[in-house]
Amino acid sequence: MEILKRFKDPHLARRIIEGLNAALGGRSLRVMEVCGTHTMAISRTGIRSLLRGRIELVSGPGCPVCVTDVADIDRMLAYARLKDVTVVTFGDMIRVPGTETSLLGERTRGADIRVVYSPLEAVQMAKNLPDRKVVFLGVGFETTAPVVALALETARQEGIGNFLVYSAFKVVPPAIRVLLEDQEIALDGFLLPGHVSTVTGSLAFAFIGKEYGLPAVVAGFEAVDILTALHRLTEAHDQGRSEVINAYTRAVREDGNPAAREILEKCFETVDARWRGIGKIPQSGLKLREAYAAHDAEEVLPVSLTTPPREPAGCRCGEVLKGKLVPPGCPLFGRACVPESPVGPCMVSSEGSCAAYYRYDRGEGRRA
Amino acid sequence: MCLAVPAQVEKIEGETAVVNLSGNRQKAMASLVPDLKPGDWVLLHAGYILQKIDEKEALETIKLLEEVYGNPEEV
Repeated sequence: MEILKRFKDPHLARRIIEGLNAALGGRSLRVMEVCGTHTMAISRTGIRSLLRGRIELVSGPGCPVCVTDVADIDRMLAYARLKDVTVVTFGDMIRVPGTETSLLGERTRGADIRVVYSPLEAVQMAKNLPDRKVVFLGVGFETTAPVVALALETARQEGIGNFLVYSAFKVVPPAIRVLLEDQEIALDGFLLPGHVSTVTGSLAFAFIGKEYGLPAVVAGFEAVDILTALHRLTEAHDQGRSEVINAYTRAVREDGNPAAREILEKCFETVDARWRGIGKIPQSGLKLREAYAAHDAEEVLPVSLTTPPREPAGCRCGEVLKGKLVPPGCPLFGRACVPESPVGPCMVSSEGSCAAYYRYDRGEGRRA
Repeated sequence: MCLAVPAQVEKIEGETAVVNLSGNRQKAMASLVPDLKPGDWVLLHAGYILQKIDEKEALETIKLLEEVYGNPEEV
């Protein structure tokens, strides 16, 4: 589609920046993005530094790997240590530190851990390894959970009983609510996650305006998308319009993707869940429903932790994930903690705020 | 991790589609999006088609942006 190239057009982007600057006048706004792909795109395109002093773009808890609780990671590591278990994961998870080690660490000690691009590959592996239990690590938000649910349906239909899912899936709206309740974070609006919204629909975020009086804009991932979204957010803020604006209409409908929402609802129920750095958030986790218990790793293969879960010493990912600390403000950033030898999850994941700042915005301000 | 990339549908075979992803042909599960046709552009996530990209909306968006900000190609 030729038209998609226009969303990367630097000339158009420059004009939007001019419009945005005019709309801002002398004011500055504080806007949070809640999507790791946005975090990376905003840093990579230079938008974060271009808008410095006018729009402060704060990264929130939008990187699924980063918000996975250390106890969940420890349980994943415990699965990896079981003799007859093959652990299958998306690549982002492999280097994330748990209390004592990481999946990569377990792999060097002989654990059978495999990285896939699609959960269907894990179903195929389970089929090919009938004597082993294949535990797929379910990490992600509303974008990914339906896809894993569909893979699970495939396994069920084909009678592949050794395909199990460990669900650490989370949903985004309750986390946004927690941030909005926190007076210290003080935001002027949200840039909403485009691909989560593809599934949930833009209306899933209507509460931000209705209950908290702030504007929020669903944004795509190219420079033109992000800048347009910020301009529309600024205008809405100006006019006191607290509403959800959809600036990614080519992919997001008000009601999202009904088929994806249906399979999500069919397979999962919402439960309270712990988010790394934030703590327990009511009804923010997805657990497999009872009808799927035979494929639920937690039910089939309960593991207990031998060591109490512990965050890495000195790591301030928790504050970074809440937008209370800009990554370069952490004493470990760029010294003890670098992408090659990360201390905390935000430096590990390719979508983590610390990794994005390390690659593109090392000179950014040290205070949130 | 919520990364989804644009690809073009080449063929539909039941619940599976063959898509072209920047020149690479690959299979993708098509069950989340009804009524796909060859030629459609879609967003691909972890081997599944997540949503159709609405070309009309994309054109409308760019047209609107050019009305607001001017067409940089005409300068």
